Amino acid sequence: MQPAPELGHRPGRTPAGPRRPQPALIRATHWANVVLFVILAGSGLRILAAYPRLGERGQDYGWYPFQGASPPAVLTLGGWLAGARHWHFAFAWLFAANALVYAVYFFASGEWRRRLFFPRRDARNAWGTLLHDLRLRRAAPPPVGLYNGMQRLSYTGVLAAAPLLVLSGLALYKPVQLPHLTALLGGYDAARALHLLVLAALALFTVVHVVQVALHPRTLADMTLGGRPRAETRS
Amino acid sequence: MSGSTRRRFLAGAGLAALGGLACDGRRPQAGFLGLMERANERFQRALFDPRRLAPELPEEEESDPADFPAYRIGAVYPPPPAGWALRVTGLVARPLALGLDDLRRLPAARTRVRHHCVEGWSAVASWDGVRLSEVARLAGVDPRARYVEFRSFEPGYFSSWDLESALHPQTLLAYGMNGAPLAREYGAPLRLYSAVKLGYKMVKYLAEVSFLPVRTGGYWEDQGYEWFAGV
Repeated sequence: MQPAPELGHRPGRTPAGPRRPQPALIRATHWANVVLFVILAGSGLRILAAYPRLGERGQDYGWYPFQGASPPAVLTLGGWLAGARHWHFAFAWLFAANALVYAVYFFASGEWRRRLFFPRRDARNAWGTLLHDLRLRRAAPPPVGLYNGMQRLSYTGVLAAAPLLVLSGLALYKPVQLPHLTALLGGYDAARALHLLVLAALALFTVVHVVQVALHPRTLADMTLGGRPRAETRS
Repeated sequence: MSGSTRRRFLAGAGLAALGGLACDGRRPQAGFLGLMERANERFQRALFDPRRLAPELPEEEESDPADFPAYRIGAVYPPPPAGWALRVTGLVARPLALGLDDLRRLPAARTRVRHHCVEGWSAVASWDGVRLSEVARLAGVDPRARYVEFRSFEPGYFSSWDLESALHPQTLLAYGMNGAPLAREYGAPLRLYSAVKLGYKMVKYLAEVSFLPVRTGGYWEDQGYEWFAGV
């Protein structure tokens, strides 16, 4: 059954008919992002290894638990500091460009409506899904359209965190030429801590994400091949 | 061209094209990484504003001197040669030789800014010296000069800069640090200090400043570290 056209429907902004779960541009930018994220995380960790501390000289961040511990070599890319910096600053542009293509499509196509977390639609569902995933509730709430509430919450969190990665990276690259950005983030050393914190958060997300995909293999097929168009119930 | 020659030619061209796309951390200034370094240099030059000053910090922000790292490239911190004087050469109307007393008689400048090391640490010290722009004015730099090369009396240790960064008001020929004469570990008798470059561009144990029409490399740059390295 097709959803009834909404009032104020604008062609091109609100796809009316059944849609594929994962449109081609979402799939392309998603898989490009996997490659770019691995390159940037690996080269970034190699850069961190050159001075594996947070805080300026002599003033370590109290809350950082790995002060002085180098990231495991197997997670790093670039071989040495200069090599890793070249990798990082070459692919950072591609990462940002890919994110920009995604963001433009995300909003222009209307995809944001079925992907972003809206508390009124998704909060209860997210809570129910979390209780189910933690084995505290037997029945999983059914997805609302494309995703369940917990998926929307975590994907929206990733979309909110990713710009922080770019902004803190720019502040580290140009702390003197971009003084307002650097000050806004709390200074050079705070930007460095934030850059690493966001990486850690996204890495944690990735682990949970991969586990969930392994439990629900159809999502992998959808993200690769697009999936069959299907009308989504609204609530 | 015979078939096998053509095949060899095509294979060679294909390999060359792949080489141009390659990312090799051991040769980071070749291939795709080098291409992107040149694009990044254009970005950095466009972003660089010769009038923008890095924030001057209050004395309380100075790092404990014991926490400010000292690096050397050789086995020892090199002692200055007898009769040391800084030579100012290249595309200048008046080549100069400036001893420490000559430099101290020039208008003094002090800068206390955050120091950004390529390794990721930052620290703060105050630096006393002469603006390089002041020395450039004394020497009468020719408009054809676009680059500045800084040479050390430590053999093989040098760097080259874009003229705009070298003439920035917070780029000094420093003879003092934290209110005291510059110590050997930090580049005595004279070193380069700047708010607008990464630390490895700041040559210590200065012997010569040359204004040049073309850029040269540098000790760290020739090993693969980025040439522009602005902050």
